[in-house]
Amino acid sequence: MPQRLEAINDFVVKFANVNGSGSASANQLFAKAILRMGVPATPRNIFPSNIQGLPTWYEVRVSEKGYLGARGGVDLVVAMNPQTWDADLKEIEPGGYLFYDSSKPMPASKFRADVNVVGVPLTEMCNRTYSDPRQRQLFRNIIYVGALSALLQIEPEVVEKLLAEQFRGKDKLIAPNVKAFHMGRDWALENLQCPLGIKLERRDAIGDMIFLEGNSAAALGAVYGGASVCAWYPITPSSSVAEAFEKHCRRYRTDKATGKGRYAIVQAEDELASIGMVIGAAWNGARAFTATSGPGISLMQEFLGLAYFAEIPAVIIDVQRGGPSTGMPTRNQQSDVLVCAYASHGDTKHVLLFPEDPKECFDFGALAFDLADRLQTPIFVMLELEIGMNDRLCKPLAWDANRKLDRGKVMTAADLEAGKLFGRYLDVDGDGITYRTYPGTHPTKGAFFTRGTTKDRMARYSEEGPDYVENMDRLLKKFATAKKLVPAPILREAKQPTKFGVLYYGSTSPAMVEALDTLETRNIHLNAMRVRGFPFAQEVEDFIAAHDRVFLVEQNRDAQLRTLLINECGIDPARIVPVLNYDGNPITARFIIGGIAERLAGANVTPLRKAVP
Amino acid sequence: MTYLPKPRFRHPDLPTNALGFTRRDYEGAVSTLCAGCGHDSISAAIIQACFELDLPPHRIAKLSGIGCSSKTPTYFLGASHGFNSVHGRMPSVLTGANLANKDLIYLGVSGDGDSASIGLGQFAHSIRRGVNMLYIVENNGVYGLTKGQFSATSDRGSKSKKGVVNTDEPIDMVSMALQLGATFVGRSFSGDKTQLVPLIKAGLLHKGAAFIDCISPCVAFNNHEGSTRSFDYVRAHNEAVNRLDVILPRAEITTDYEPGETVDVKQHDGKIIRLRKVAKDYDASDRIGAMTHLQQKQAAGEIVTGLLYLDEEPVDLHEALKTVDRPLNMLEDDDLCPGAAEIAKINDSLR
Repeated sequence: MPQRLEAINDFVVKFANVNGSGSASANQLFAKAILRMGVPATPRNIFPSNIQGLPTWYEVRVSEKGYLGARGGVDLVVAMNPQTWDADLKEIEPGGYLFYDSSKPMPASKFRADVNVVGVPLTEMCNRTYSDPRQRQLFRNIIYVGALSALLQIEPEVVEKLLAEQFRGKDKLIAPNVKAFHMGRDWALENLQCPLGIKLERRDAIGDMIFLEGNSAAALGAVYGGASVCAWYPITPSSSVAEAFEKHCRRYRTDKATGKGRYAIVQAEDELASIGMVIGAAWNGARAFTATSGPGISLMQEFLGLAYFAEIPAVIIDVQRGGPSTGMPTRNQQSDVLVCAYASHGDTKHVLLFPEDPKECFDFGALAFDLADRLQTPIFVMLELEIGMNDRLCKPLAWDANRKLDRGKVMTAADLEAGKLFGRYLDVDGDGITYRTYPGTHPTKGAFFTRGTTKDRMARYSEEGPDYVENMDRLLKKFATAKKLVPAPILREAKQPTKFGVLYYGSTSPAMVEALDTLETRNIHLNAMRVRGFPFAQEVEDFIAAHDRVFLVEQNRDAQLRTLLINECGIDPARIVPVLNYDGNPITARFIIGGIAERLAGANVTPLRKAVP
Repeated sequence: MTYLPKPRFRHPDLPTNALGFTRRDYEGAVSTLCAGCGHDSISAAIIQACFELDLPPHRIAKLSGIGCSSKTPTYFLGASHGFNSVHGRMPSVLTGANLANKDLIYLGVSGDGDSASIGLGQFAHSIRRGVNMLYIVENNGVYGLTKGQFSATSDRGSKSKKGVVNTDEPIDMVSMALQLGATFVGRSFSGDKTQLVPLIKAGLLHKGAAFIDCISPCVAFNNHEGSTRSFDYVRAHNEAVNRLDVILPRAEITTDYEPGETVDVKQHDGKIIRLRKVAKDYDASDRIGAMTHLQQKQAAGEIVTGLLYLDEEPVDLHEALKTVDRPLNMLEDDDLCPGAAEIAKINDSLR
């Protein structure tokens, strides 16, 4: 008998499925049941660019301590896909478990001596009970959830309640699902040694946390932020932002009396048209956004330059995926940082926001519209596939009842009537931000011509050098104003004074927290700062200056944020050491620990230790 | 062309329209196009049309792309907001603007390079969507600002100023607009003001995607022998199917024509478009018939002009999207934001 991994509320389960087999909802049921038992868990969809037939995985990390980052390695594989059997088997930690459909005998060569095998005759049970092929497939998924509930000690009442919630309104589906669940559970209890060495116990570690996808949260942020126009073009992994926006709008923006909508959503012909519509709508005074990914950003470049130079608000929700080109459309990266920061030809700089989880997707999704109107420029909300397309446990959403949408500097008909001086590009307040008027405001005053060509402060066409320079310099001043408006970085101080610091951003967050905790137990102490916006706040520069050595953890090959820091803050490149994960898989604490500990060991500053726990 | 500013002086007896504006109030800055450019005639026709329709200038938004034609919005409707956008992308910007405020009148001005080459996709899709606008292509068959290259509407066999013969098939924007579901399709000629002004008026009134292809000879690069977009060629081959008038509600309707010679089409705001037939048997409400007529005449080398197609009951994008009556850019915080109380419910649903 192989050794058995033993752990309570701390393990990784990976489901290997076939795309289109209906496994997604069963797997989600499994993850939600763990959460309902008060134990933190993070699911991850690992899926191909395909609708049916290719392999897909669903990984659930269970962590009582609340570590939500990917861990690496798997303790239990639920092997439902013969195509990937060999690779899935390899991933299991020694002493781990292999759950498989034992309806057909498998040769001994298909197993590993150091892995515990758990066979359940799923297909046989299904064929015996159901005659409809689709039912056989769908219930097979519920049956394995039932068997797993016995093996891992998931409370059956929790699953029953979740099934009842899931099929609310389609009540006749509840009983058959509950029946299938118990069929699997009862078989396991009768025929297998339950529980396994890895198992669950009820805790109260969730508190008031919520569980949702970043894309949906960003879309809800757009609703709260007052967006009324959305133009988009379907692209993975961002399509569900627009789809969620539509869903939320149907709910919150439908006029009760007439059934008409206080929103307009257009699926455009391409990303050029999407951003064009956003710019047109925002020019005309509506809050507008698009959702896209790297290839879409590449297509939008010319328009983004126009919005920067003509100073038109726009919100771009960029759900990043692996690039360049089509790259890895269903994998994670933080590789659009530079293309967004400097989008378009000519001298440009754009405001970027980096949310860490769905909660911040909501917060920044709403904030982006205030910033766009205030700064009259494109605002990029830099989501990532990892947080956009996965359900994630996070703090509850919050909205201040007194909060007002900030429409920025808009001159009204009354202002114009009162004789206020209006110059579209005239900086009256000294913050680089000028007043605008919406079209149609006043019969004789306040009209101006918007153009991408050079103009003077009164918006008159001008090719004069001084007019151009004044305008470009004012845009820099405006960017300096933005520095104070973007979300401030968040500092986590080490428990002991240290000369080392680490910078990170976006979806790296949970893996970083876990890495810092672990490094601390090994007496490696680092101050950590999470960057949340560009332009960089002064605190980021101060942080770098205050440490002898600063690591920068990123999920791209070229250390793009590092380039941005060096370029924008004039920092000596030698002072920022990149730690880079760019294989498309979410970054793990193990990777960060390895990267940092190895370099510190190389510098001979701490005793050499084995990097990977 | 001139750089002299226009004098502010205005004759006290200058006629005014119902809003008390003179024609001068609809003008813009002095044109910087070449003397004799067809585009300037179109600008003049737009000014005349808006003046005659009593449109408040500030309620019109004029948008364009890049090119000679796209420069013209500076030269008319100086009291309107204008937007000179990106090459070939005016339609998307106009669509967005229209989504934000359904109450303004949208005038898109473009050229054949802007709309038939780089912007063919956006032209097509804005028409398909039924954006409520008047989309005018000032079509000269040539790239003017970059000095005389063929455009995608140049006829095969047409000769450039340098003597090069075009070997590519032309794109016929009118046929495309008809095929794509434009609910108002017209073609005119910058040299025929009596036809063009009422056509623009009717297009501005139309509540849907209105498209006018306006042949506008380029005096600098495409007005020579061998060109099929020269003044002489267009005059010789112009085949008008009808003539139209736009009758304001306050005007007395007089009948100068025999019964059957005219067709009246009432617009949503009470104005009437009156069509006088020129080509016998041409029915502007028959889309398929219009397409057939165009193909036949074009094969014979004729340029068909007039109001080619009119859908009397157009459905515009806002109607299709079922947006509220109030313009989206006028909605207040409470209309847009579900508020703090709702957040608790949302959180509860996510546990």
